[in-house]
Amino acid sequence: MLDQAGLHRRALFFRQIREFFFQGDFLEVDTPQRQPVAIPESAIELFVADGQYLQSSPELCMKRILARGSERIFQLCRCFRKGEVGRLHLEEFQLLEWYRRGSDYRQLMVDCEHLLAHLAGALAADGPSPSGLPPFAGITLQGPWPRLTVAEAFAAFSPLPLQQALAEDCFDQLLVEHVEPRLGMTVPTFLYEYPIALASLARKKPADPAVAERFELYIRGIELANGFSELTDPVEQRQRLDKEIERIHTEHGRRMVMPERFLADLGRLESAAGIALGADRLFMVAENYRSINEAVSFSPDDF
Amino acid sequence: MYNASDLRKGLKVQIDGSPYIVTDFEFSKPGKGQALYRCKMRNMISGNQLVKTYRSNDKFEKADLAERKMQFLYHQEDEFHFMDTDNYEQLFITRSQLGDNINFLIDNMEVEVLFFDGKAIDVSIPTFVNLEVIKADPWAKGDTSGNDTKPVTVQTGYEIQVPPFVEEGDRIQIDTRTGQYVTRVKE
Repeated sequence: MLDQAGLHRRALFFRQIREFFFQGDFLEVDTPQRQPVAIPESAIELFVADGQYLQSSPELCMKRILARGSERIFQLCRCFRKGEVGRLHLEEFQLLEWYRRGSDYRQLMVDCEHLLAHLAGALAADGPSPSGLPPFAGITLQGPWPRLTVAEAFAAFSPLPLQQALAEDCFDQLLVEHVEPRLGMTVPTFLYEYPIALASLARKKPADPAVAERFELYIRGIELANGFSELTDPVEQRQRLDKEIERIHTEHGRRMVMPERFLADLGRLESAAGIALGADRLFMVAENYRSINEAVSFSPDDF
Repeated sequence: MYNASDLRKGLKVQIDGSPYIVTDFEFSKPGKGQALYRCKMRNMISGNQLVKTYRSNDKFEKADLAERKMQFLYHQEDEFHFMDTDNYEQLFITRSQLGDNINFLIDNMEVEVLFFDGKAIDVSIPTFVNLEVIKADPWAKGDTSGNDTKPVTVQTGYEIQVPPFVEEGDRIQIDTRTGQYVTRVKE
């Protein structure tokens, strides 16, 4: 739970996120938290409230808004993921998402560099973080930040190379135990170009279709954002979602439905890029807290 | 049965027939990836450490553990005898199972004995115990050697560093977690 000074800093943080996007000529949107359909993702367990899903991300609605003509949109909203509890996880958390029509993942990486510089400047102008250290203590935010492909990162830090990790179904474990702890320790780092199997909504890289134009941002070994060039081909998207629906059915015995109107709207979109950033986590890292529970107004420990 | 999502610090589970306590726990979930439950555990009998990462569909048996209040009676060679103060049932625990606790056990002390599968595996003793000093070098007033502490022996045979003013026949309080001197006790 935050004290009075912490609440003030958190409010400033959110105001400055909005300020940054207003300055970039983004439109703020708001979409329902409870939805009758969801994008099928086997790794995410959804809460169900009175027969509808609590959103795990606002992406479905935001991509439809984008497809219907918006150029640049952003949203700060509550999202819900069941069973995700830990030092870096809350089951209910604040997510920041932004989308750009006619753009790709490289532009989003640049956005990240500018957004964090803006926030660090605003927080520093208000004073040190509660620990007495400056915001993002020990991290150099001056861009451009290093970019490391997933294959390069595994070659450098993992005991098994990427292809073997995938074949032996231990990609996640090696990523968490060997790769992530080495990323972003002194300067924010982008991990990018994920194997296509690990990016169900991202576009294939034209020059190398084995990988997706997807990236994650890391600071101090903590994953902060996931962005990608959107897959806008409704046919390929339907095939990938079909696979995911099948997988969820086999693994969890749940039958999810195809988000048909999402696919229909996707067809109107030429190209686009979008990103989700964990706002509570970014605030935690910026203010040098040790756990996400310390960085929010109320945590599950406070009830 | 426990699920992986029940894992947390302090949870006691059974793995390959042995009781383990979770000593460190971290939930991880890489973006678009699966949930991972990373645990450090200690075998409650052997003390061995185990580091393991579990996935959400892993399941665990509960460790069949029970605690009983018992009184320490006496020891004979390496067997330390205890009695259940409710039903007068007696049993012994070996020196090696007791570990450092033997330094602080005195006759009639009340302890909590931990049982796994009906067998005694550990003893929790009070955090602070008062023991009598049975051997100490006298304090030479005006000693200028500059030593802050000196070794003494207490009634259990345990040797401990204490301030120079502690003398034979004094009672001292010891923190059993660290084995260190706390204060001299006036009784």
